Amino acid sequence: MVKHFFRLQWKSFWRSASLSSSLWMKILMGLAALYFIVVMLGGGFGAYFYIKKELAQDPLTVANQFLVYWIFADLLFRYALQKMPVIDIKPLLILPFKKGKIVSFAFFKTVFSFFNIIHAFFFIPLSVLLIADGGKPVTNTLLWLLSIVALLYTNNFLNILLNKKDNLVIIIGSILAVTGGLQYFGYFDITLYTAPVFDFLFTTSWAVLIPVVILLILIKLAYTSFYNDLYLDAGLSSKSKSIKTENLDWLNRFGKTAVFLKNDIKLIKRNKRARTTVLVSCMFLFYGLLFFTGAVEVYDGPVWRIFAAIFVTGGFLLSFGQFVPSWDSAYYPLMMSQNIRYKEYLSSKWWLMVIATVVSTILASGYLYFGWDVYVAILVAAVYNIGVNSHVVLWAGAYVKTPIDLTSNKKAFGDKQAFNVKTLLLSLPKMALPMILYAIGHYAYSPYAGYALVGIAGVIGFAFKDRVFDLIEKIYKTEKYKTLAAYKQKK
Amino acid sequence: MITIHNLTKTYSGNTVLKIDDLEIPSGSSFGLVGNNGAGKTTLFSCLLDLIKASTGHIENNGVQVDQSEEWKTYTSAFIDETFLIGYLTAEEYFYFIGELRGQNKADVDALLGQFQDFFHGEILGQKKYLRDLSKGNQKKVGIVAALIGKPKVVILDEPFANLDPTTQIRLKKIIKEMVEDPNVTVLVSSHDLVHVTEVCKRIVVLEKGEVVKDLMTSEATMQELEAHFNK
Repeated sequence: MVKHFFRLQWKSFWRSASLSSSLWMKILMGLAALYFIVVMLGGGFGAYFYIKKELAQDPLTVANQFLVYWIFADLLFRYALQKMPVIDIKPLLILPFKKGKIVSFAFFKTVFSFFNIIHAFFFIPLSVLLIADGGKPVTNTLLWLLSIVALLYTNNFLNILLNKKDNLVIIIGSILAVTGGLQYFGYFDITLYTAPVFDFLFTTSWAVLIPVVILLILIKLAYTSFYNDLYLDAGLSSKSKSIKTENLDWLNRFGKTAVFLKNDIKLIKRNKRARTTVLVSCMFLFYGLLFFTGAVEVYDGPVWRIFAAIFVTGGFLLSFGQFVPSWDSAYYPLMMSQNIRYKEYLSSKWWLMVIATVVSTILASGYLYFGWDVYVAILVAAVYNIGVNSHVVLWAGAYVKTPIDLTSNKKAFGDKQAFNVKTLLLSLPKMALPMILYAIGHYAYSPYAGYALVGIAGVIGFAFKDRVFDLIEKIYKTEKYKTLAAYKQKK
Repeated sequence: MITIHNLTKTYSGNTVLKIDDLEIPSGSSFGLVGNNGAGKTTLFSCLLDLIKASTGHIENNGVQVDQSEEWKTYTSAFIDETFLIGYLTAEEYFYFIGELRGQNKADVDALLGQFQDFFHGEILGQKKYLRDLSKGNQKKVGIVAALIGKPKVVILDEPFANLDPTTQIRLKKIIKEMVEDPNVTVLVSSHDLVHVTEVCKRIVVLEKGEVVKDLMTSEATMQELEAHFNK
C-alpha cells in the first residue's frame, strides 16, 4: 500500500512541469538548506561557548531561558513556510485505499520535513557539549533533548491543525514581538516564568512524559480532523466564505489608474499568497533591529545602515514588485485581449509600492529611538526606494515569467525562476548602488554627504519615471507571447 | 470583417494550423467545428494575438492584429477561465470589464438587466468569488462579460459546454439576436453540431488545422456534418 504512495510521490516530483526549468532553483534551495544547516551547527557550538566564555553563565540555564522564544518562532516560521502535507488526495479517494492510510502517509511525510530536521543540527551539538564539556548527567540531557523534540513535533502537528486559521499567525507574531520587546527594554521578562518549566524538564526524569503526551494528543487530534475532512465538501474543498462586493469608488480620484488600483487592492486582500507579501514587509520592518542595535557585529559598518534602511522601507516594494506582472498571471490572456494601457496598469502597481513605502517609513519612525541619524538613513532609503528601486523592480519583474498561484502561499519565499540571471543582475542596483553612493559620500566627506547622495539619486530616478515605464512597456510587448506561454504552465 | 491570409502555426515542425484564405464578413455568425486538436482554439488565440502565427496574418476590420492593438477596442472574447479574475465577485468583474471598455456602472447594470433570465438568479448578488462558482456559472459570467461595451467582434470558444439545457437554449437566442446587428460578427466554436447549425449562418469544419468544409447553413447542413464526422 505505502509502496503505491511512494511511487506516486516519486512521479509527481520528477514529472512536475517546474522541475526541468528549475534545476538552478533546486541547487539554490540545496545551498540555502546547507547554509541553514551550517548556521544551526555553528549556532549550536557557538552558543554554548559564547554563553560559557563571554557571559560566564551556565549554557543550559540560558538555553532554557530562550527556548520559549525558539519554540514560538518555530511555529511562526512553520506557519509561514512549511507546506501542508497534501498529496494529490482526490483521485485516491475512490480507490481501495483505507482513509487512515492516506492520512498516515501524509503525516509521515511531514515528519521528515526540513523544518523538523533542522533543529537537530542545533540541539544535538548543544546536548553533546552539555554532556561532554558541561558535565551534565547523560540521562537528564537526553530526556531534555527528547522533550524538546516532542515540543517541536507538537509544533509540526499544531501547524497542520491550525494552518487554515489566518489570524493565528498574527496573534503569535505579535505576542512574540511584544514579549520580546518588553524583555529587551527590561519591563517584563516572560522567561522568568517559562525557564523553570524547561528546567523542570531537565531535572525531573518523568517530566518528559508531559510533552510526549501533548504530542500524542495533537497527533490524534490532527489525525481525526484530517480523517473526517477527507470529503470533497469538507477538507478537500476550497473554503468559500460568504463575501461582499466591494466598492472602493473613493479610489476614483486616481483617474484611469483607479481601474487597476481597485483590482490590485482586492488582489492583496483576497489572496493568501498576496497577503503573505504584506506580512513579509511587516517582518522586514524589524529587520533593521539587527543592524541598528549592533546585535550582529558584521553589520556594524556605516554602509550597512543604508542596506538595512532599504529593506526596512522597501519590504513590500521588493516582495510585491518583483512579481509584477506575475500577480495577474492567472488571467493574463484576459488582460492581453482587453484594451489596456500598459502605463495605467504599471502606475497602479507603482502607486501601491509608493504607498506601502511611505507607510513603512512612517511605521519605521520607531527607529528614532536609535537616534536621528538612523532615521535619516531610513528617510533617504525611502526616497531611493520610491525614486529608483520601484522602477528597477518593475523592470526586473517584466522578465520574471513565473505564474503565481494566488490562492496558495506555499512558495512565498523564493519562487522558482524569480532567480534568473537577468533578475539577479537587476537586483544589484537595488542594494549595491545606494550602498556605494553612501560610501562615497561618507568616506569622502561626511555621513550626511552620503545620505544626500543617496537621496539625490532617488530624486533623479523619480524624474525618469516615464522613460522607464516606456521601456517596461516595450519589454511587455516583446515578451508578450513568451509570457503568455509561460503563464499557461501551472505549477 | 475578418480576413485571414496564409495563416500557419507550427510547433517544432508540427503544423497545427494552416489556413490559406478565409474571410468572415460583418453581420454574420460564424461557427467553427472540429474534433479535438483540430486547431479551433489555436485559431481563436491567433485572432486575439495571444499566440504568434508562424506565417501569415489576420486582419480584424482592417487592423492587422499583431501589428496594432486598435482591434482591442471593438473585439471581445471568452476562451476559458483564464479570462476570469478569480478573486472578484461577478459584479466587480463586470464593472472592471466595463471600465476597461469605457462603460460606466449604469451602462453595465442596464446590460446585465437584459441577462437576468440567462443568469437564472445564480450570478448576481451571490456573495461568492468567481473562483468559487461552478464551471457552468463561470461560463455564464465570461460570456456576458464578453458582451459588455457593444463589441463588433465577439469570440466564444465552446460556449455551450458545461451549460445546463435551459441556459443553452437562452444562449442560442442571445447569439441570434446579436447578429441581427449588421455590424456585429460572432465567432463560435462547438462540439455540439445541433447548436452550431442552429445559431450559425456559416460553418467551417477544421481538421488537423486545415479548412475541410465551408458551408452556408441550410437544411442539409446537419446531415452533411454528421456524415463528415461519422467517417
